[in-house]
Amino acid sequence: MGERLLDVDDLHVTFVTEDGLVRAVDGVSFTLDRGEVVAIVGESGSGKSVTAMTLMGLTRSPNARFEGSAKLGDRELVTASEEQLEKIRGKEIAMIFQDPISSLSPVQRIGDQIVEQIRAHEKISKSEAMDRTVDLMERVGIPRARDRARAYPHEFSGGMRQRAMIAMALSLSPSVLIADEPTTALDVTIQAQILREISQLSDDSDSGIIFVTHDLGVVADIADRVIVMYAGRVVEQGTLDQIFYDPQHPYTWGLLGSITRVDRDPPRRLPAIPGQPPSLLNAPQGCHFRPRCPHAFGQCVEVPPLESRVADAPGHLDRCWLEVDDKRVRREVEGRIGLADPSVAA
Amino acid sequence: MSRFIVRRSLSAIALLFATSVVVFGIFEIIPSYNPARAIAGRNATPTTVEQVSKKFGFDKPFYVQYVNTMKLIFTGQVIDYQDDLNVVDQFKQKFPVTLSLVIPAGILWLIVSIILGSISALRVGKFSDRALMVAAILGVSIPVFLLAALLLYLFAFKLPWFPNTGYVKFGDNPWQWVYHLILPWISIAVLSIGFYSRVLRSNLLDMVNQDFVRTAKAKGLPQQAVFRHHVLRNSLMPIITMFGLDFATLLGGAALVTETIYNLPGIGQYEAQAIGNLDVPPILVGSMFTAFFVVLFGAFSDVLYALLDPRIRLTG
Repeated sequence: MGERLLDVDDLHVTFVTEDGLVRAVDGVSFTLDRGEVVAIVGESGSGKSVTAMTLMGLTRSPNARFEGSAKLGDRELVTASEEQLEKIRGKEIAMIFQDPISSLSPVQRIGDQIVEQIRAHEKISKSEAMDRTVDLMERVGIPRARDRARAYPHEFSGGMRQRAMIAMALSLSPSVLIADEPTTALDVTIQAQILREISQLSDDSDSGIIFVTHDLGVVADIADRVIVMYAGRVVEQGTLDQIFYDPQHPYTWGLLGSITRVDRDPPRRLPAIPGQPPSLLNAPQGCHFRPRCPHAFGQCVEVPPLESRVADAPGHLDRCWLEVDDKRVRREVEGRIGLADPSVAA
Repeated sequence: MSRFIVRRSLSAIALLFATSVVVFGIFEIIPSYNPARAIAGRNATPTTVEQVSKKFGFDKPFYVQYVNTMKLIFTGQVIDYQDDLNVVDQFKQKFPVTLSLVIPAGILWLIVSIILGSISALRVGKFSDRALMVAAILGVSIPVFLLAALLLYLFAFKLPWFPNTGYVKFGDNPWQWVYHLILPWISIAVLSIGFYSRVLRSNLLDMVNQDFVRTAKAKGLPQQAVFRHHVLRNSLMPIITMFGLDFATLLGGAALVTETIYNLPGIGQYEAQAIGNLDVPPILVGSMFTAFFVVLFGAFSDVLYALLDPRIRLTG
């Protein structure tokens, strides 16, 4: 692994609302190295997007409170001034958003929007910036890029728009690329192409990628390391193999068990994790997953620390009180990993 | 484009026809309305009035009178009943005064409301935002006749900073032209500033949360550029439509209160006098004049809208 790019340490993001404090991110720590793809996985509302956007200062608002640290090299991002962040955004950390239609300005030409970013950071002429834009658009697979740069976003298909977003994000060769569910709004064939583009480009440019998604299938394709988030906390993190083949947290089992596979007999019904994610306004005491967890027991009212529990796997961290050997038995459901049906467990 | 022009022209003709019929019809059903008496003068005998009525065709049926009047209007021969002056000539003479009043006032209210709406949106919830929005409500709710009279009382009578009514042609003395028109411009602009700045503020606040604004920030653009190029640019469109129509009615003489109070001899003042005298030809021509501008500026703002927003195509 290459040089350390990002070091996030005990990051907290709290939003002050009329109903109380929402702890959207509650103590998240991870690192990102050059050439690495780290996936942050979780349901809607787990705090994965807030974590990613906080790195760029995009969650700042009068109602948001931040604690902890997020360092880009030796620069602190959490307390950086808006001017410092403006220099970092787009140039050193770039972001690809979920919905490419609403994420591009509807009234400006695609090429101009990319040119705008280049010229925000580099003193070059419009035509030079446009030449680079056309190169970038060709690189991400947009045909007839010179003409298409003059088109407006509504004249692009969903996949092409996301390619344009990627071209924009890569325009200044950022060292960190944050992709916030970049393929969620796209259909499956386009999704595969876009994923290939992203991993190809990251290999070429040797940047680090934070890939935010709820789709474990996508994670398996692209990630080196995985962070599983639930209700604002990291519940498990480790390498791709550790998370997929030796998952330690029941929530991860549930996520893995929810993947339907075409190479197996279809299940009687689609497996799902019972219940709803908790409201972050009023999160359950102790382990946040406790109310939905069929394996919960007395000790779960205390918050389990995020620590290494598996022997010989120091980087594999999780937040579950159960014994490792016990977990390896409990997670077997009908010959594969899953969250046992609570009615069966009871 | 040509299809757009043809369709808009047709709708203009239809609107002009409808307006003229309605306005003409109103006077037909007003009781005790007798234009012949107005023409014949205050001390005319019933016989004279009857002769005048015959001469001008007031004894003919409604539709004949309508057609005759329209003929006179479109041949430029229509005269008012009060002073026997050619109405079209009067409009030609008075229109520059109305333009002098309305164009700078329009520019003033557009610029000021963009500035105030932006300040308000950028400082949402803070004291300056609240103060501005209270001021905006005051501006919207204060009647023009009261505001104009107040300004005149305070800044021309109590404090003699501005002239006490009147109009100087731009060609005669541009400086005096501005000097005489400052208070009228303000009187017209205040209401629209209040309304427009509130609308713009809420558009801006909607726009700030749009994904593409987040993208603009994520690109590392300075805050000012994000605001001007992305937030403001997209928030101005509804304002354009509003402006086109408001501006059109003012050009057509809707500034009649302001023109009357400041004694500006424009179309509004002329119309106000005509309404007071139940003088049909100027009222009719004035209504059609307004209708014409409404259609024209409606088309203008649609074209502008299509230029500013590439997703919109012109349709009739």
